[in-house]
Amino acid sequence: MKNLEPSLAAADANVAVRDDAIAVVAQTSDRPSRLEAASYRLGQWLRSPRPYLMLIGFALFLGFWYLTVEVWKLPRFSQMPGPTAVISEWLSPDPTYGLSLYSPEYYQHIWVSLRRVSIAFLLATATGVPLGLFLGWSQRFKDYVFPVFELLRPIPPLAWVPLAIIMFQGSETPIVFLTFLASFYATTLNTMLGVESIDVSFVRAAYCLGAKRQQVFRHVIVPGAMPFIFTGLQISVGVAWFSLVAGEMVSGQYGLGYLINTSYTMVQYPTMVIGMITLGVVGYVTSAGVRIVGNYLMQWRARELAMGGDK
Amino acid sequence: MRRPSKGEIRIANVVKIYGSEEVGIRAVDDCTFDVPAGKITVVVGPSGCGKTTLLNAIAGFHSITSGTIHLDDLMLCGPGRAQADPGPDRIVVFQNGALFPWKTIVENVAFGPIVQGRLPRKEAFDKARRMLAESGLHNLESNYPGEISSGMRRRVEIARALMNDPKVLLLDEPYRALDSLTKSVMHEALLEVFDRNQVTIFFITHDLEEAIFLGHRVVIMTTRPCRPKKILTVDIPHPRDYSVLTAKRFREYLDETVEAVHEEALKAFAAGERER
Repeated sequence: MKNLEPSLAAADANVAVRDDAIAVVAQTSDRPSRLEAASYRLGQWLRSPRPYLMLIGFALFLGFWYLTVEVWKLPRFSQMPGPTAVISEWLSPDPTYGLSLYSPEYYQHIWVSLRRVSIAFLLATATGVPLGLFLGWSQRFKDYVFPVFELLRPIPPLAWVPLAIIMFQGSETPIVFLTFLASFYATTLNTMLGVESIDVSFVRAAYCLGAKRQQVFRHVIVPGAMPFIFTGLQISVGVAWFSLVAGEMVSGQYGLGYLINTSYTMVQYPTMVIGMITLGVVGYVTSAGVRIVGNYLMQWRARELAMGGDK
Repeated sequence: MRRPSKGEIRIANVVKIYGSEEVGIRAVDDCTFDVPAGKITVVVGPSGCGKTTLLNAIAGFHSITSGTIHLDDLMLCGPGRAQADPGPDRIVVFQNGALFPWKTIVENVAFGPIVQGRLPRKEAFDKARRMLAESGLHNLESNYPGEISSGMRRRVEIARALMNDPKVLLLDEPYRALDSLTKSVMHEALLEVFDRNQVTIFFITHDLEEAIFLGHRVVIMTTRPCRPKKILTVDIPHPRDYSVLTAKRFREYLDETVEAVHEEALKAFAAGERER
């Protein structure tokens, strides 16, 4: 473990090794393996104050919730289930309102929501990224398409609900459609901005070196827009959950939005809060997943940032 | 040593007006001078005087309003052809550097021959590695541009240009952002590259010492609109090294240019030209 430290420390954000004569940093041969690097980073993280501050943050939040609801019983919080009620319901093998970590139904809800978000997110990525690339690349295409896009974009997904129900059969497709919409706007817009943010020197340099138009697109426009694309995809996952819940509250048989809404109408408040917290956790995990994929695809960026972040 | 008979740029009566003919800004006005083949020609002038406009016209990034620019027998732009096509016979090294940050150093250097279809991928990479080794950059191959110093990036960028055997290198204040120590190292490296390749170099700067140290010819520009005010032939033999800086002849050339440039700088200042 000890001999691992110098080479890893060099990749660490705070240590910038800049020397004209020697390039010690990125000698691929003595790079530690991925597993070693991960365990080293975990060790560093555990030794830093960050995980403990995080725990304190959670404790304060739970404490505040506990005090307001269960100890002080403030009037505004009188209907709200306290943390003990929620947690004991959540962990109970025999829950009062029929839903906990032990009931298969709970996972059914998560699975259905996750599936809807995934389909909508993938569709939005598959259409939004190419559309955004062309919007940024061709002024003429933008002149045709962008005004319509900008007019449709402010319409909130909820306003689409009736039309979605009229347009599509069943309850599944309208929900996926609504989820798709918000994701699609975020992805397209960020991709377009990504293309527009590319320094014109890169495009000129490529032409100078003899690249044709479509080679410039492939070698400069697509990779150059990548950081913005992934920012867009992270926003896209977030808003997908957002509009998914809106859709599920209106129609559907399963899903976390549906769960929250029905437990509200059936006065099963602890279950409602379980649904909310689960949404938070699942949403965070999907968003982190997108970030990890992004970092993997843009190693040049990760390494550049590790060197001190300047251009 | 290969001495190319080609690579001469002739700029004749070039005018560039931004905006409309009547009310537009006249950036370059009736500009005529030659950039001789296999020599270093340095263009100096106050910031924002239109030097870069001229370079962009040669490179094919901008159109010109009238006049002609020839590269040897080829008319790059002129009557009926307002804008040249950019191409690997004239390669630009940019002020802020334009190595693709998403490609490794060796991928950057091999880019030209690959996209032109001149070399298969593997051969292009082999040649790129040789090119980097020649410039003493061989251990950087698998790094990304963001991981190396800005001085190194400029050298890699020149290697990337030379991979294509260009007739002309167009350098737009490439060392502007570097500190003076790095700059002196860069100058010697550039002269070394020049001695090895004998490519025509068109170099823009507003640093007079740099201009005289590097140039066979120094073209001093008037402030906007831009045209040659004075053309100086620097009669100090190549290869030069840094001992030249203290030589008496060098100082004399410097005095001569300082006076001419200072006059223009005052005019530019009075006209309220913004620092670009």
